[in-house]
Formats: sequence, structure tokens, C-alpha cells
Amino acid sequence: MTMLAHAKLRRIRALVRKETHQVTRDPSSIAIGVVLPLILILLFGYGLSLDVRNVPIALVIEQPTPEAMELAAGFQLSPYFQPQLMQAMPPAQRLLLEHAVDGIVRIPADFSRHVGAGDAQVQLLVHGGDANRARIIQGYVQGAVGAWSAREAAQGRASPGAPVNVQARLWFNEADDSSYFLVPGLVVLVMTLIGGLLTAMVMAREWERGTLEALLVTPVRSDEILLGKTLPYFVLALVGFALCVLSARFLFHVPLRGALWVLLGASMLYVLVALGIGLLISSWVRNQLVASQLTMLVTFMPAFMLSGFLFDLRSTPAVVQLITYALPARYYVALLQTVFLAGDVWPVIVPNTLALAAMAAALALGSRAAMRKSLE
Amino acid sequence: MLGSLLRILALTRKELLAVLKDKRSRLSLLIPPVVQALIFGYAATYDLNHVTYAALDQDHSAASRQLLAGLDGSGVFERVADLQRASDVASYIDARRALLVVQINQNFERQLLSGRSADLQLIADGRNSNTAGTAVGYVGSIVEQFNADWGGQHGWAAAPVGIVSRAWYNPNLETRWYMIPGMIGTLTLIQTMMLTAMSVAREREQGTFDQLLVTPFRPYEIMAGKALPSMLVGTIQASGVLLVAQLWFRIPFAGSYLTLYSGLMLFLLAAVGIGLLLSAVAATMQQAMLYSMLLIMPFSLLSGLTTPISSMPNWLQYLTAINPLRYAIDITRRVYLEGAGLDLLLPDLWPLGLIATLTLSGASWMFSHRIQ
Repeated sequence: MTMLAHAKLRRIRALVRKETHQVTRDPSSIAIGVVLPLILILLFGYGLSLDVRNVPIALVIEQPTPEAMELAAGFQLSPYFQPQLMQAMPPAQRLLLEHAVDGIVRIPADFSRHVGAGDAQVQLLVHGGDANRARIIQGYVQGAVGAWSAREAAQGRASPGAPVNVQARLWFNEADDSSYFLVPGLVVLVMTLIGGLLTAMVMAREWERGTLEALLVTPVRSDEILLGKTLPYFVLALVGFALCVLSARFLFHVPLRGALWVLLGASMLYVLVALGIGLLISSWVRNQLVASQLTMLVTFMPAFMLSGFLFDLRSTPAVVQLITYALPARYYVALLQTVFLAGDVWPVIVPNTLALAAMAAALALGSRAAMRKSLE
Repeated sequence: MLGSLLRILALTRKELLAVLKDKRSRLSLLIPPVVQALIFGYAATYDLNHVTYAALDQDHSAASRQLLAGLDGSGVFERVADLQRASDVASYIDARRALLVVQINQNFERQLLSGRSADLQLIADGRNSNTAGTAVGYVGSIVEQFNADWGGQHGWAAAPVGIVSRAWYNPNLETRWYMIPGMIGTLTLIQTMMLTAMSVAREREQGTFDQLLVTPFRPYEIMAGKALPSMLVGTIQASGVLLVAQLWFRIPFAGSYLTLYSGLMLFLLAAVGIGLLLSAVAATMQQAMLYSMLLIMPFSLLSGLTTPISSMPNWLQYLTAINPLRYAIDITRRVYLEGAGLDLLLPDLWPLGLIATLTLSGASWMFSHRIQ
């Protein structure tokens, strides 16, 4: 038994050595494993942001009374707005039509008169196309007008504010910086793609060239081949992962509040899952062209749209939620957002890690079965 | 001239046959965009229709109950727990059992009855700060309603300044209206660009490209023959997504089909041009594939589909000028929602034309210089 185990270990070691040579001599796998993740995390880390600042608006002041000008000053001083002062609506509406501004704030001619009476109104017209942005802008305008009202009330010029005021606090992200949740999500996106592509492309190429068949007729067993193939790419993907985490931490200043070993453990598991998806795809289609397209189709867009990285899954219909449970990216997003921002919250970490472990095991068995079948 | 046209048509026919002859490859071109449009159409929304919250009501008064009833009756908020102690808050937020905790302090009602403003404390799970911000906004509008009701009943003066807000083109501010028209170009780009880049690379790898070059075909005719089938496939895919948007999601189409398809044609021409240029640069199929993937990913993520271009740093905004998808998304959204005409779309149309001209002439130059 020990003899057998010893021989097995020797065969795997020999395979790993061969594969490692192959990986280090092949610029394309280094490109996918190291260069691609770095480029993607940099481009997307800087490029994806939901923070709305310097909103271009048209500020229509129909009569420059002291009250109107003071309200306008609030908009001009705010870091959220870039107002363009105008006297009438038609030119402002043209700007909105041309997308030169995102909204129009109109302070009507009778504003000052109504402030005295306590029923003044400010009109807000937003471009509703981008609904998310429009909602944020509405909130900003409310804030600016509210701040003005509070100042007026403090000076006894207006009635005190509303009965109930909402005091909101965002836990884990007090400054409301969208890169806090986007960057961990991007790590998921990049690792999904890298892991899948590494094995899908490389294994499909071996099938195409017939070198895998050559390996299968040697005494090496199929699960040993799988292990030998996976290990070098596993290490390569982890290098890519390390680059992603380093840029998240030091370039995009996302805090890491959980333990490093939890992050590393969960990520190693996820890399295994991603590599497994690539392995399975390549042993099905055995054609680089189709394998890479399929990998893109089943990893990139779903991980982007259906993982909860950007959109809240609780608000999708039940059928779509069911689909997301089959996506490994969903569990990894929950893990990374928690480990990065909230810390070691075991009620989140344990179930999601278990789900990933189950998927990794299922994929390993599936790839082995697919490989075995090919021998017949 | 006529001969040239006939040759292009013949080549187009041959290419289309090669792509559509096989049932599997036919399906792989037509099914994914429609299925993706359906699934992503449901998933890709920033709107919330299910917000879990825990209530920490330390006042237990009629006023606090009225406020919480407003949340429960909205159809959006689901109360998952009634907390007793402030120390329970962390366990609900940390473990993601609730997105929000609504805390009403003692003396809430007494303060209101004595004519002073009271605070409503909200604690939100900021792990996705955009979702949290949206949920806080929803609570804000329900509190506004409460204020109007309470203020009216108890003789409060109305807020000194009211805001009358109206949204153009998307009155209910549904993100779906914004996302799905944007997908018309996005879901088309991947396969159109890859198909073009691959078809030339494959012929070159198999040696059939040299055979094409010794036929009476001129280089530009070969290019046209390669470009037309991909554009046709792209048009069909785009139409599929358009149908999903109109028939399934029932998003009203405000513009003209002629304008939309003119814009789409220009976009597809630019996408195909980039594909051809890639295939002219790449030596093997694998390289062509790697190059097109390297472009497609940034193109689709940095296009303004999900996150606005105006939120990017300036240097990156300039870089997106070479992204044809950026213009396509703007065109489809504005034609679809606003009914914009060609004159308003000019700032999107000329860059697409420029990209198409540059890439197509670049590819044609490279092809003709490879012959010699």
C-alpha cells in the first residue's frame, strides 16, 4: 500500500514538474494568470464607480431676490453640484434635452413671497434615464434645500422643520464610497474569468493537439493527470489573486477588516471552483474557440450581473434567484464583501464556504468522470 | 462595379452558409442574446422591491406604531424581527439577516406631541452602499408621508419649502427602463466582434486565406464579404433583444426604428472594423481570440451600461472615447426612451463613423500589404 502510494506521489510530482515547465515557458498562460488580472483590476477599479459628484445642473432663478440668491448659493458651494445659472426655463430645458445637464432646479419668481407665507416651492426636473443617478440627485437637492430651510429656521425666519427627521448611518462604509463594495466584487469577477480561462484554453489546446491522449496511454491515472494539470494553474491564479488584493488594499484603499487567513482560505477554494469550471468545459468541447467563448458566456457576464456584486439579489424574481444559487460567484461575493468590510462574521462565512467546498468537490468529480469517459 | 458587387455577394453567401449551416452554431448565435436579455433584464436593476428590516421600537407608542405600519404597508419592506435591545442590532446587520434596522428612541411620541422634531435612527448594511442608500431613500419617502399625515392632524406648519420633483423620460424612475435598452448593443458586441476576428484568423490558420487571395477578389471585396455576414448576425441579435424589451418587459419605445437601426448599423460597422483589424494583426486564432477578449471586457464594463461614465476619472473618460459600445448604448437609450432624432445623436454618430473608417481602412491596408 505504501509502495503504491509512494509511486502515485512520484507520478504526480513528475507531472507537476512537467506542467510547471510548460506554464513557465508559455507566455500565454503567464499573460492570462498575471498580466490580465492586473490590467483588469486597474481599469475596472478606477473605471467603475457609482459615486455621484459635480452633477451638472441648470439653476433657474426667475427673480434674484435675497432669499432666492441665498438658496442658490447653497447649490453653488456644494461639492455635489456644478450649477449653471440661468434666468428662464426654455434654455435650461434645451440643455437637459442635449444631456448637457442632468437636471434643472427652478426657483420660481414668487419664491420669496411664498417663503414668508410658508408654502414656497422649488421645482426639480431630472433626466430620469439613469434612474439610479436620478434618485441620488433628488436626494442631494432635498439635502441642499433642507440645509437652507434649517438655516432659515435657526435665524427665526421660517417655521421649524418636519416632525420626524431620518438620521441614517451606513455601517461598514460610513463615507459612502462605492469603491468599497465594487472593488471586492471586481476581485470576484477577475478571479472567475482567470480561473476559467486558464484551464479551459490550455486543456482544450491539449485535446486539439492530441497531447492529452498521449498522456492517457501512459500508466498515469486520470485523476493524477487532473491533479498535475491543476496545481500549476492553481499557483498561477493565486499570484493573480495576490495582485488583486494588493491593489484593492493599497491602491483603492479598501479596508480589510477580516482575518487574512479567512480571505486566503475562501479564495483558494474559489480558485479551485473556477479552475474546475474551465476543466469541465474543456473536456466537453475540446476546441479552444468554443471553449473560450463558452467560458466567457458562463463566467464573465453571470458573475457581473447575477452575483449580487452590483445588484441586490433579494429584489429579483424567484426564478432568477434560483439561478443565482447555482452560481459559485454568488457565494464568493458574499464572502469577500463580508471579509473585506465587515470582518469575520461566521454566520456568513461558514455557509458560503461550505457551498463553495461542495461545488469544488462536485466539479472535481465531474471533471474526472468526463476525463474517464474520453478513454473509452 | 457590378462584378465587384456580385463577388461580394457570393462571398457573403459563402460566409453565411459556413456560420449558419450547422444547427448548433446557428443556435449559439441566436439563443444567448435573447436568454441573456431575459435573465439580466430581471437581475440588472438598482430598484428594490424587497427590503428586510428589523424594528427597534423603544417608544411603543401610537406614533411609533403608525410610522412602522407605514413601512410594513408599503409592499417593499419586510419586518424580519422586533428587537428588544440595541445590542441586538449588530447581530442582525452583520449576519445579513436585515438590510436595515429602524430605531425609534424613547420619548419619540412625547417629543412630537410637544411640538419638537424627533429623530428616526436608521442603521443600514453598507456592504453594498448603493443598495443601502436606495433603501434609506425609500424610508425617507415613507417618513415624508408620515410627516404630512401627522403634521396635518396635529397642526404642524408645513415644511417651509416643498420640492416638486418630476423625472423626464422615465417618470417612475425604473432602472430596468435604462438597463434593457442599453443591452441591445452590449449583448450584440461580443459575438459580432469575435465572429469577425475569428473568421479571418481561421482561414489564415487553415491556409484557405491564401487561396482567397489568388482568386479575382480584391482585398476590399474580401473584407466586405467578411464584414457583411457578421453585421447581419449582429442586426438579428439586436432585433432579438429589442423584441424582448418591447414584448416581454413592455418598455415603451419612443423613437423611430429608422433612427435606431441607422445608429446600430454604424455601431456594427465599427465593431466589425475592430474585429477585422484584430484579425489582421493576429497571427493565429488563439491570438485573435485573446486580443478580442482583452478588448471586449473593458468595452462592455466601461461603457456606461451599469456605472455612469461621468463618475470615472478624467483620463479614463478620455480613454472610453475609443469604445464603440459607449456610443451605441447612448444611442439606443436615447432613441428608445427619449425619441431622440439623428440631429441630437450627432455627437455619438460621428465618433462611430470615425472608428469604422479608421479600423476598416487600417485592416484593408494590412491585408493588401500582406499579399506582397
